[in-house]
Amino acid sequence: MGPGGVDGRGAVSEPGGAAAARSELEDAARRAEARRGFLIALPAWFYLTLFFVIPLGIVAVYSFATRSSTGRTVLSDWNFDSYRRLWDSLVVEIALRTLLLALATTLICLMFAYPLAYYMATRRPALRNVLLILVMIPFWSNFLVRTYAWKVLLGSDGPVSQLSQALGGEPIRLLFTNTAVIIGLVYGFLPFMVLPLYTALERMDWSLVEAARDLYADGWTAFRKVTWPLSIPGVVAGSILVFIPTLGAYVTPAILGGAKTTLAGDYIVSQFLAARNQPFGSALSMGMMLIMLAATIVYFRWFRPSGRDL
Amino acid sequence: MSVVTGLRPKSPAERLLATNSWLVFAFFYAPIVVLVVFSFNANENVGIWTEPSLRWYREVFRDEAVMGALRNSLIVAAISTTVATILGTMAALALERFRFRGQRVYDGLLYLPIIIPEVTMAVMLLLFFAQGFQWLDGAIGWSPTFGIGTISLSHIAFNISFVTVVVRARLGQLDPRLEEAAADLYATRWQAFRGITLPLILPGVAGGALLALTLSLDDVVITNFVAGPGSTTLPVYVFGLVRRGVTPLINAVSVIMLAASMVLVAVSFGFQRGSRGRVPESMAEDG
Amino acid sequence: MTTKRIAAIAMALLALVAACGDDNAGGDPTAIDCAPGETDGNLNFYNWSEYMDPDLIAAFESQYGVDVIESYYESNEAMLSQIQAGVAYDLIVPSDYMVKIMIDEGLAIKLDKDALTNYGNLAEEFRTQPYDPNGDYSVAYQYGTTGLGVNLELVGDAFVPSWALVFDPDLTANFAGGVSLLNDPRETMGAALEYLGYSLNDTTLEHLEEAAQVIKDARPGIATFDSDQYDENLANGEVAVAHGYSGNMIVAIGETENPDNFTYVLPEEGATLWIDNMVIPTISTAPCTAHTFIDFLLDAENGAQLTNWNYYGSPNAASTPFLDQEVVDFYAATLEADTEVITDTGDYEINFTDLFAEAKS
Repeated sequence: MGPGGVDGRGAVSEPGGAAAARSELEDAARRAEARRGFLIALPAWFYLTLFFVIPLGIVAVYSFATRSSTGRTVLSDWNFDSYRRLWDSLVVEIALRTLLLALATTLICLMFAYPLAYYMATRRPALRNVLLILVMIPFWSNFLVRTYAWKVLLGSDGPVSQLSQALGGEPIRLLFTNTAVIIGLVYGFLPFMVLPLYTALERMDWSLVEAARDLYADGWTAFRKVTWPLSIPGVVAGSILVFIPTLGAYVTPAILGGAKTTLAGDYIVSQFLAARNQPFGSALSMGMMLIMLAATIVYFRWFRPSGRDL
Repeated sequence: MSVVTGLRPKSPAERLLATNSWLVFAFFYAPIVVLVVFSFNANENVGIWTEPSLRWYREVFRDEAVMGALRNSLIVAAISTTVATILGTMAALALERFRFRGQRVYDGLLYLPIIIPEVTMAVMLLLFFAQGFQWLDGAIGWSPTFGIGTISLSHIAFNISFVTVVVRARLGQLDPRLEEAAADLYATRWQAFRGITLPLILPGVAGGALLALTLSLDDVVITNFVAGPGSTTLPVYVFGLVRRGVTPLINAVSVIMLAASMVLVAVSFGFQRGSRGRVPESMAEDG
Repeated sequence: MTTKRIAAIAMALLALVAACGDDNAGGDPTAIDCAPGETDGNLNFYNWSEYMDPDLIAAFESQYGVDVIESYYESNEAMLSQIQAGVAYDLIVPSDYMVKIMIDEGLAIKLDKDALTNYGNLAEEFRTQPYDPNGDYSVAYQYGTTGLGVNLELVGDAFVPSWALVFDPDLTANFAGGVSLLNDPRETMGAALEYLGYSLNDTTLEHLEEAAQVIKDARPGIATFDSDQYDENLANGEVAVAHGYSGNMIVAIGETENPDNFTYVLPEEGATLWIDNMVIPTISTAPCTAHTFIDFLLDAENGAQLTNWNYYGSPNAASTPFLDQEVVDFYAATLEADTEVITDTGDYEINFTDLFAEAKS
């Protein structure tokens, strides 16, 4: 960054009456600041335009094309057929089912991740780092192998089942049920929730919390009035990082749930692969992205102000 | 060392928190225990226990395909994590600390790679690279090929967004007044950034990098589409085993990767402690 | 970014995509002329994981002094996308229906049979198949069937060599653990079609709907739709009957404590025969090395070595004397059974996929 480092914070003192000069200076400072922000934003912007926006444009174009009978995408004959199919009852049903599953997964993740992140953030600094690494380590093993390990745990010979039998009950097979799907998804995405929550909570100004405790006396109220609002950015980031990938998940539901219901991710993959129907697959993807983008924006609007004010 | 926790020590709430944490950790490590145990299984099938054996560990080192795939995975993970962490952190800074034209669009753009279905991103990147290479060949006579390069470029494209989200959560939390004070203290914004902001957001950056690393090491769908001759990564190889059935060989590879990453982490911890001291931590403590 | 600029970029893209769209179709794939044993560079070999014995690769490398660079894919369709995108592989191993698609799309070269001195070793029935009527473009690599692995202990007296084992809800209701079906529209819809007495390539819409109804009705007894782990689920008693590929089934059954408790059957109504084939893509930069490699695998002993390594059926008739007895016995029945090869159904692939998705929901 350039020398001088003009602080755009307007610490310019001026003799009385030079309001015009002052506002001009402020304008210049603001422009310099905007330019600096833009420059910092530029590398990622450039990268994503080249390797994301342009490729996405191709998919957008494909969504108006037609599938040839050999599965090639015919780039003429532009039409809205693929978009019309989005209103099929099958597609709507799949979308709703997937949304529900993602919502449940996100809530359960939040339920377990928040207290964990809180606990981690309130340890000694050295211990904090160790705990953080401990959260991540399991996820450096292979995803498929982890999921297969869950199969062993949830199967009819697994520990859950054996415990039930030891207590004189029936063997319990969680494998191939919706419960297994949720367990698998929560397992897979929990770190995505823990990380941003922890990052947010770790920097919490605990003196505020202390003050609140003195003020409200009751710990729960102090949490509700101070800690929770302060941690909102983490909650928002974590929820998005869990909710959205869950919508597209298909390997976990397939292996642990037995693929007995079609989910959005599964359906889109089958369009691109099994049916080799790129136009419809593209239209489905565009539709799904629109819904998610809308949901994300609404979610932000909902939470942002309260997070910011405090 | 007494830490301000906001909780009275040994309060029921504190105990509840501790219990939840250990339960969640047990949840995290339960499948890992299974994974490790079954890596010592003599059976051809991952999930059927017969007898203990070191068979698969011997085979890992003999299996050139697996070793090659592992090497490719590590190279891609290293490149994509590094680049995405730098670009993602800069993007987070720009969004949280500056106001500039097009910021809203930029904000939305950064969410798109998280939102897009994986297979869609895979297909579009394949088409993009194919057509881009063709165009490059025609325009300047340079025809790059698919391989580690295209895989890394693709991983960076989705990792930037994840890093940005994590770092932003951290930045959103920081008191801007701290940086303002620093700005007054230091001569330049850059010094202020290096002296105050960077150390403070470092845990967020580290978190983002860890997430990026994890995502890169696990990606199958996108990698499968943009790979080229000789650049198969470990997850793609594992998924390709469907024809033969997945053997505990893969468990053994996973255990080796886990062990290696733990050693790596331990070493870097020791290194950090030695060189950097605890400056940012202690500063934050006095907050 | 302004709306106008977005619109401009979109238009430019549209033009770019449209211009580059049809580049692969219609190349002249006939002009290859290789001498036996000729090599013209290293071989980029694109195959399924664990489908090639590394010792064979090493033998080929030392015999011909070229490197074989192996890459792996996990589905025919992902492989197709890469070939269509122009990624330069020299030899690929697509399944039957995919061979037809690649021929139709002009992605496969016409083989130079003069360079294949061992072509005579290939069993007669594998030289011509509906997906490649004259055997001009493909040489069979290995084959197998899709049938049912049965846990005889769990199924007991209810055993019948029929698709009823997975589709008759009255039967499956009594199986502890339920049954597993492949999570694959063509295979599973195909099985239902066979159960109804139709061809698995049937494209009459009413028949397809009937097949979907069969799957829907069978749902109470279905534990899982699984294409990867069915063999293991069967072997460890998680499911009573599993729909899946022959090779995995023999390996999994052989590894159990009591293999006699299990059997693999081809239902009497008919089952899928699948054949994976070696094809040289038009994009290949070393087509002669690829020919030499195909010829190498057509050698009697090399072909046998491959099958003894991965337990899939060998189309190499001359290799029979070198095969493990186990494999010979297992596949002896296969070629006599009532089987059918899946072929591409064009537009009906969409119906297969959608009806299957609907049947599962």
